Amino acid sequence: MALHPSSAPHGGKRPFPWSHMVGFILSIVLTVAALWAVLARALHPGPLTTFILVLGVLQIVVQLFFFMHITESEGPPWHAWMLMLGFVFVVAIVAGSIWIMSFGTEAY
Amino acid sequence: MNLEPTYATHFFVTGDPMIYAADVSILLVSAAIVFVLTYFKKWGWLWREWLTTVDHKKIGIMYMIAALLMLFRGGVDALLMRTQLALPNMHFLQPEHYNQIFTTHGTLMILFMAMPFIFAMMNIAVPLQIGARDVAFPYLNAVSFWLFFFGALLFNLSFVIGGSPDAGWTSYPPLAEVPFSPGPGENFYLLGLQISGIGSIATGINFFVTILKMRAPGMTLMRMPLFCWSVLATTILIIFAFPVLTVALALLLIDRIAGAHFFSIFDGGNPMMYVNLFWMWGHPEVYIVVLPAFGIFSEVVATFSRKRIFGYASMVASMMAIAIISYFTWVHHFFTMGAGPGVNSFFAVSTMIIAIPTGVKVFNWLMTMYRGRIRMTVPMLWTVGFIPNFAIGGASGVMLSVAPADYQYHNSYFLIAHFHQVLIGGTVFGMLAGMYYWWPKMFGFMLDERLGRWAFWWFNAGFYVCFLPQYVLGFMGMTRRIYVYPAHMGWTEWNFISTLGAFMMGVGFLLLVADILYSIRHGERDVTGDIWDGRTLEWSLPSPAPHYNFARIPVVTARDAWWAMKEARKRGEALPDARPLAPIHMPKNSGLPFLLSLSFFVAGFGLVFNWYMLAVAGFLGVGLCLLLRSFAEDKAYFIPVEEIARTEAALGRV
Repeated sequence: MALHPSSAPHGGKRPFPWSHMVGFILSIVLTVAALWAVLARALHPGPLTTFILVLGVLQIVVQLFFFMHITESEGPPWHAWMLMLGFVFVVAIVAGSIWIMSFGTEAY
Repeated sequence: MNLEPTYATHFFVTGDPMIYAADVSILLVSAAIVFVLTYFKKWGWLWREWLTTVDHKKIGIMYMIAALLMLFRGGVDALLMRTQLALPNMHFLQPEHYNQIFTTHGTLMILFMAMPFIFAMMNIAVPLQIGARDVAFPYLNAVSFWLFFFGALLFNLSFVIGGSPDAGWTSYPPLAEVPFSPGPGENFYLLGLQISGIGSIATGINFFVTILKMRAPGMTLMRMPLFCWSVLATTILIIFAFPVLTVALALLLIDRIAGAHFFSIFDGGNPMMYVNLFWMWGHPEVYIVVLPAFGIFSEVVATFSRKRIFGYASMVASMMAIAIISYFTWVHHFFTMGAGPGVNSFFAVSTMIIAIPTGVKVFNWLMTMYRGRIRMTVPMLWTVGFIPNFAIGGASGVMLSVAPADYQYHNSYFLIAHFHQVLIGGTVFGMLAGMYYWWPKMFGFMLDERLGRWAFWWFNAGFYVCFLPQYVLGFMGMTRRIYVYPAHMGWTEWNFISTLGAFMMGVGFLLLVADILYSIRHGERDVTGDIWDGRTLEWSLPSPAPHYNFARIPVVTARDAWWAMKEARKRGEALPDARPLAPIHMPKNSGLPFLLSLSFFVAGFGLVFNWYMLAVAGFLGVGLCLLLRSFAEDKAYFIPVEEIARTEAALGRV
């Protein structure tokens, strides 16, 4: 039972969650921008893919900093290790899939 | 596409006498359960003690019961298939029925038998072994269980309502797309797996946090029992692998119910991308289910050799290595896609590399037994039985990893024999070892050893009789998923022997059930809490453990913490724990996990049949449950000192 005393109901008024609002708006803006770029065919397919990928990476940053408390921690920074491992696996998934799915091409 | 079942004939599966028999038996069993619960006035008990519980020990028991039920159904499916294949040109099953049965068998055994069985063992043992009073998120733990339960229920329902999926447990497009699988069967598969998958990811996060954050003082990572290390490795794999399956299934579901073309050949889709994504989860998945078994074997072998485990640090290192490398081997499931020599070579080599840490572990188990004082109890039998079994399975795995040779083995019975050997020999043997080992801790009595031995020998011998002939059949060219074969192929004898073996395993399972039923009445009671003379902290508690586990959180000074405490006591160095009892903060039971998962079930059922109003109603229920929990204030309570003292005194522990 790891219910820390701090998880008991808080008394008093809490300040308005500005960072959550900013994160919320930013994440919506990034999503809408990606949708718009694809629907309006704003770029050629190559640059468009790059653009969406960049938006996706920004989205990860927004989520981690505004909602996932990446800067808050007690004790050893386990979340940093997991993020690094996650990064390795994401690279394996994305780069690996591109490598595998462009099959046959390397033979020519 | 009109899936609106206007007539009952489209809704209920009709026409097959075996399914009518199943309908009748389902109705009779349901009626019997309702009658017993009502007659003995047990509805309130069921709700208060089980359906709303957040206690990891009870959740573990429920997972285990579910896993055993699914093992039964998956096993019956296997016997039906083996009966159909026993002789050439059999007319026991219709071809469509055979397709449905092998699809159901595979899906059930991996996702609704192996997964809940490892979750059962994790729930039962991990908090007790690390000296914690529950998991990090007890409410989420209940949510996970009920999502698994209702996901499995939705999948199993397809058998009598709507029709079972029949595109294989891998559900590859284009076969799994609407043009080739028009009925609701594939939707059942996709939604059942999605719903239980949410629960699996949550369990992964829950136990990862539990192990890192909730260890008793003094229990450093390198003092943890190896089972906890194996669970840590498994949770890392769950956290990173299951989201990939979620994405793959979601895209296929969107193809099926919203007419998208992610995986159709035409309109820019690519079915091979599904295969790629599926195995990106699928390969880590086999390590997800086998690593906890490795952990159990490590506990069992140390306890029953009366030695500490040989090569602890190399065990930890090899499990962590397996966890990482298993993420880089997935293409060996589809070498024959023809992705070019570069790709196939890379994944062939990575697959061979992963056999090395696994081999290290086998030698460590053998060296632990070397010059140990071995007691051949039933858990130890399953462990010793596992070693040759897994060695053969591992060797045939390395044969399959050779990409050019795999073009011969691919989708033959050689492959079938290989993966059954590692999954049954590894996971099932491991889970049964764990069940026998921790059964007294769960229920306070032992399973009968004599019946347990009979069950082991029938199952173990049956295993070899069933699967070794399948290696031969693979070499002779018999491919998987065929429902009938001609007489002149020379396959008949081997198939017949294999079927005999399958029925021997069935006898083994029945003996296991008989053992449980017999022991409920006649099993030896565990009054000490340490019936095996164990080494880890769960054996320091009474059996079954009180719901708060530890009255005082233990202070750990060594690896094999409980063994060290017992040694200190024998030397007369141990002082009685003088710390005063303090009130214990515990989570309150809640009905919301059950209702939340029930809502998911309703939503899933609606989506299966494209009944969108029902789906919307289900999702509204989900949202309502989430909202109610968000605003709940009264989530925990304190157990007063007097009550703890009373409980401990009743257990003879003061």
